[in-house]
Amino acid sequence: MGKLIIKNGRVLDPVRGLDAVRDIAIQDGRIARIGENIDSSGDAGNDAGGAEVFDASGMYVAPGFIDMHVHLREPGFEYAETIESGSRAAAAGGFTTICCMPNTQPINDNATVTSYIIERAHRHAVVNVRPIGAITKGSAGEELAAIGSMVQAGVVAISDDGRPVMNARLMRRAMETARSFGIPVIDHCEDLNLSAGGDIHEGIASVRLGLRGIPGASEDVMVARDILLAELTGARFHVAHISARRSVEMVAFAKARGLAVTCETTPHHFALSDDDLIPYDSNFKMKPPLRTACDTGAVMQGIVNGTVSAIATDHAPHAGSEKMQEFEKCPFGIIGLETAIGLTLEKLVHTGKITLMKMVELFTTGPAGVLSLDAVGMETGTAADLTIFDTHRRWIYDVNKSASKSRNSPFDGHEFRGGPVATVVAGNIVWKVDW
Amino acid sequence: MAGLLGIEPLERTTIEAILDRAKHFQPEQNANFKRLDLLRGRMIVNLFFEASTRTRTSFEIAAKRLGADAISISASGSSVSKGESLVDTLNTLGAMRPDAIVMRHAASGAPDFLARHLPTPIINAGDGTHEHPTQALLDARTILDRRPTLEGLRVAIIGDIAHSRVARSNLYLLSKFGARVVLCGPASLLPAELAQLAPGVELTNHMREAIREADVIMMLRVQLERLHEPAFPAGEYFHFYGLRREHIGLAKPDVIVMHPGPINRGREISSEVADSQRSVILNQVENGIAVRMAVLERVLNASPEN
Repeated sequence: MGKLIIKNGRVLDPVRGLDAVRDIAIQDGRIARIGENIDSSGDAGNDAGGAEVFDASGMYVAPGFIDMHVHLREPGFEYAETIESGSRAAAAGGFTTICCMPNTQPINDNATVTSYIIERAHRHAVVNVRPIGAITKGSAGEELAAIGSMVQAGVVAISDDGRPVMNARLMRRAMETARSFGIPVIDHCEDLNLSAGGDIHEGIASVRLGLRGIPGASEDVMVARDILLAELTGARFHVAHISARRSVEMVAFAKARGLAVTCETTPHHFALSDDDLIPYDSNFKMKPPLRTACDTGAVMQGIVNGTVSAIATDHAPHAGSEKMQEFEKCPFGIIGLETAIGLTLEKLVHTGKITLMKMVELFTTGPAGVLSLDAVGMETGTAADLTIFDTHRRWIYDVNKSASKSRNSPFDGHEFRGGPVATVVAGNIVWKVDW
Repeated sequence: MAGLLGIEPLERTTIEAILDRAKHFQPEQNANFKRLDLLRGRMIVNLFFEASTRTRTSFEIAAKRLGADAISISASGSSVSKGESLVDTLNTLGAMRPDAIVMRHAASGAPDFLARHLPTPIINAGDGTHEHPTQALLDARTILDRRPTLEGLRVAIIGDIAHSRVARSNLYLLSKFGARVVLCGPASLLPAELAQLAPGVELTNHMREAIREADVIMMLRVQLERLHEPAFPAGEYFHFYGLRREHIGLAKPDVIVMHPGPINRGREISSEVADSQRSVILNQVENGIAVRMAVLERVLNASPEN
């Protein structure tokens, strides 16, 4: 394998607390050395001779970003996304590792499907793909899936994502099982009876537009239930895409009591509220729905004070025809891999709410900690997965140029300041911005 | 006017112009020869994805009285029932170059969505639980036939407000003209956020409170087809929210009782009240044609072909 030197980048490594301009020498897919003035000439004592050089002057170099919540649609819905196209969108968004939810067709509820995804990813994906298995067979909420063998095959967590387990007793058993195998349970917290038929957040916007509402309480009651079950079982419990104010408060409360409870949020849940939605535009239809500005504020506060461990995109590709319908018929979800860093910079970093180092944590050590992923960080000898980004370049997101197969983004045409510049996976530059 | 999607975005002056023009068309309804030539040679498609007798007929008659050609299509028996998407259906009809499409659809926002993707002007004849703009216009016309102004009137709207497009369009219109709107229904059908939709809107769960000193009482149909669940104890609705003769005495002596129809006698309104001197329900129907003539004329005369 080749050699690569990333020169003059400002290295941000939250594991070591390193924040300094450094050169990074990469060999055989691993970080060989981090130091000052590593050059590519062949002089004595320089093991980086003949290397390709990437000039990262004025840019930041961080451990590879992890998106712990994406939908890759393969197998089953390849018309909307494939493991390959989704991984390319991830690379274009600065992510080196993505965790894919099990709601494919067939559902990833057994080791065969898990192995299939891992095998396909090995051959076609340009970033690391770590599958998440289903909690119940077919995510039908009736019977536990083959959790142990899925863990052996490589799943890093279990979740029934969009079809949350409504039966509290079954959820208890799932948590006990997950605990036995050392993985967390991720729950898309939604009481399906409370939210039934809803299209957007229940509030002024839903009443004004005559759309059925999804109350914040439909999230809150499940977060509450799951926290209590996590306490009962001692399991690690992670709230997917937290969006409601009371839910953030309850996770903070659970953490303060020392429970193994964590949560993630998405860029759109801190960047947009239901005040921002364009009426009946399905690119603003997702679950959980865009909530009120008050909820958005609470989510941001949760990021600042450490209640929220990770930013994840919930990248949810849907084919154009699915989103070109009456609003109530359109499926939920938006793509998000390519706009995540830009939105985080815009709403959290440029506004002074968090530091760049904190942002890097939310995309690296945060999700890695939730999922107990192996070493992130930039120690010598670790896999050279790196995210290179900047904070000043102005660029406009053109969804029609997305690497994803789908086009469902509310941020088409949005101007960003700063974003991913290059993505390095195992020492290879798998994506570079097209200046 | 590029179309008519709802009352909420309309300027007060536009509404006044439509109501004035509708007044001009009122005498035409009683003329022997009821056909004007104002829209001769123009084509209007009435596309009804949801069952409707009065609104569809009213639009059809309005178009014909203006001299336009009108064809009506209902969803059952059309390509919609063969699985064609809404956009494809509308694109197909749009390619036949009608001058306007009047549409009713069970999904809130369906006309807004299509207006973004289609050049043909769209007139909303009721979308889901969102708006029913011509109903509010004909209601305003009916009130103004009996009162000099809407300003300061106390209007009680009673029933399933949450699921009512009639209530939304009316509260926007009445609020723009300075009326005081009291919305009344059981809490499950009366979300608190309604009070924030427009100025001068109050909410109450008590019918007597809503009716007290009212100039106008608008009863809404209990929309059983929209209730997927029991939102109120079955069998108690008429007792607590049905309009009966004993309520009328609480209102102003010259109170007007309105209903967008079709009425459910004995469910939201007693027959006695529906057929009383105070009821203007049939005047509403009559005004529907004059108001829709005014709307069609305005929309078609603003379209680019003209």
